[in-house]
Amino acid sequence: MRRSLALVLVLALAGCGGSSSSNSGSGGTGSAKSCAKADLNLVNAGQLTVGTDNPAFPPWFGGPEKSPWKVSDPRSGQGFESAVAYAVAGKLGFAKNEVKWIVVPFNTSFAPGPKKFDFDINEISYTPARANVVAFSDSYYNVNQAVVAKRGTKIATAQSTADLQHYKLGAQIGTTSYQYIKEFIKPSQQPAVFDTNDAAVASLKNGQIDGLVVDLPTAFYVTAVQVPNSKIVGQFPTANAGERFGMVFQKGNKLVGCVNVALNELKADGTLQKIQEKWLAKVGGAPILH
Amino acid sequence: MSGGEGRRGALIATLSTVVFFTLLAVLITHAPGWPEVRKTFFDWGQFKDSLPDIARAFLLNVKIFLIAEAFILVFALLLAVIRSLPGPAALPLRILGIAYADFFRGVPTILVIAMLGFGAPALQLKGVPLSTTFWGIVALVLVYTAYVSEVYRAGIESVHPSQDAAARSLGLTHWQSLRTVVLPQAVRRVIPPLLNDFIGLQKDTALVGFLGSVEAFKQSQIDAAATFNYTSYVAAALLFVALTVPLARFTDWLVLRDRRRRQAAGV
Repeated sequence: MRRSLALVLVLALAGCGGSSSSNSGSGGTGSAKSCAKADLNLVNAGQLTVGTDNPAFPPWFGGPEKSPWKVSDPRSGQGFESAVAYAVAGKLGFAKNEVKWIVVPFNTSFAPGPKKFDFDINEISYTPARANVVAFSDSYYNVNQAVVAKRGTKIATAQSTADLQHYKLGAQIGTTSYQYIKEFIKPSQQPAVFDTNDAAVASLKNGQIDGLVVDLPTAFYVTAVQVPNSKIVGQFPTANAGERFGMVFQKGNKLVGCVNVALNELKADGTLQKIQEKWLAKVGGAPILH
Repeated sequence: MSGGEGRRGALIATLSTVVFFTLLAVLITHAPGWPEVRKTFFDWGQFKDSLPDIARAFLLNVKIFLIAEAFILVFALLLAVIRSLPGPAALPLRILGIAYADFFRGVPTILVIAMLGFGAPALQLKGVPLSTTFWGIVALVLVYTAYVSEVYRAGIESVHPSQDAAARSLGLTHWQSLRTVVLPQAVRRVIPPLLNDFIGLQKDTALVGFLGSVEAFKQSQIDAAATFNYTSYVAAALLFVALTVPLARFTDWLVLRDRRRRQAAGV
């Protein structure tokens, strides 16, 4: 659904992640002294404040819609990112009722400046430019971009990235989806750029754009629920722009180290894999557009 | 006033202006945080990088403005005339005119743009255009027609009733009197406020970007979102100002010319 900017170099990532997690104390276990619950650097003492955008869309969030959240409810623990957030919170020592969710618009989540959340989880891809102004956790999901179109339109039969060039494409502003259009598809028409992904989806539904570029799991939700009679034309090769989602922290926040320790444990014991299988199982193969 | 006093006055004005702005510049550039402000808003490299794309996108703003303005001038005059219709039989038309002006002056422009730009194409009706620029222009025309009609109406009402009465006593019909006596005076008087609304319209073309069209503000947003540097906003702002400042000075000049003419005519 969302993410931005330049290409992500795996090597650069590894270096960056390493330097940020080196602040977190030693041991690689949740019991490291600096990661004890009482020692954590929190926005509000005693609770973990987590940000994400509203509406909260599946498959990232699930459960019945409950005010103030639309479409689903991050507090349900259902949906991939909600489940990951609660799993991390658990490792840090927070009970479910000690996790507080706040609404943070996507584009402000990774803008420079002080943050009202401890971390934000919102399908935010790591990019070097973003990493200059906020801190990223290690990856909790690796993802490709994909293009969605309405069935029966010409673009729906595209076989390659080059086939997409003559169509009106659209994406959300500030996202890696938009960046992908500019850097790799290079369409002949000016792509449409929307403030929110919802507006981009509405535009596809209306036929105002031919193709919508989003991350693959979001593409599955768009085609299954949001735009009737639409299909995933294909996903783009990982070699071009394989991306990784990270939780976002205020620049310099030491909490990122403790979250990385928690994430590593969740990876090691298979929890993260189980969460992914549960909520992103449907995100199977889509044809690759070379 | 003698020539000596005039020169002295000019000298003082120049001096005080230079001293004042130098002081201001020194104060600003030595304020704490200025280096960050300069880096964030006035980064020359970012400015050069972003300006060509923003200037290209700005052409869309100019296009939207010119097309919308042409329709607004005509529709608003029509609406103003409808609201000034005399006689009890025209009451329903007057009510419609008032309702229209009240509604579209009261509703936020961005709301009208979103409602039409996303809403109308969602109807999926044959013949309904899908172009976001088209619906952006329609929304601006609807909203600004309401504003500008009020300007026209103020002009019409500022023409003394004796003018109309004199015209009617010469045998002119209501329409003839309106067209040849009232409106020429009314429109001339409201040119400055009309241009003021033009300036507002120029700025509001940026709202069309909400629909996905890449105009100057949207392009600068794209750049800012990619770099977290806000110099691109300054670049877009300069383009808008570059268009409105000449219009503002032109308005000043028109007002001045009108005043001089009236004084010369002894009116």
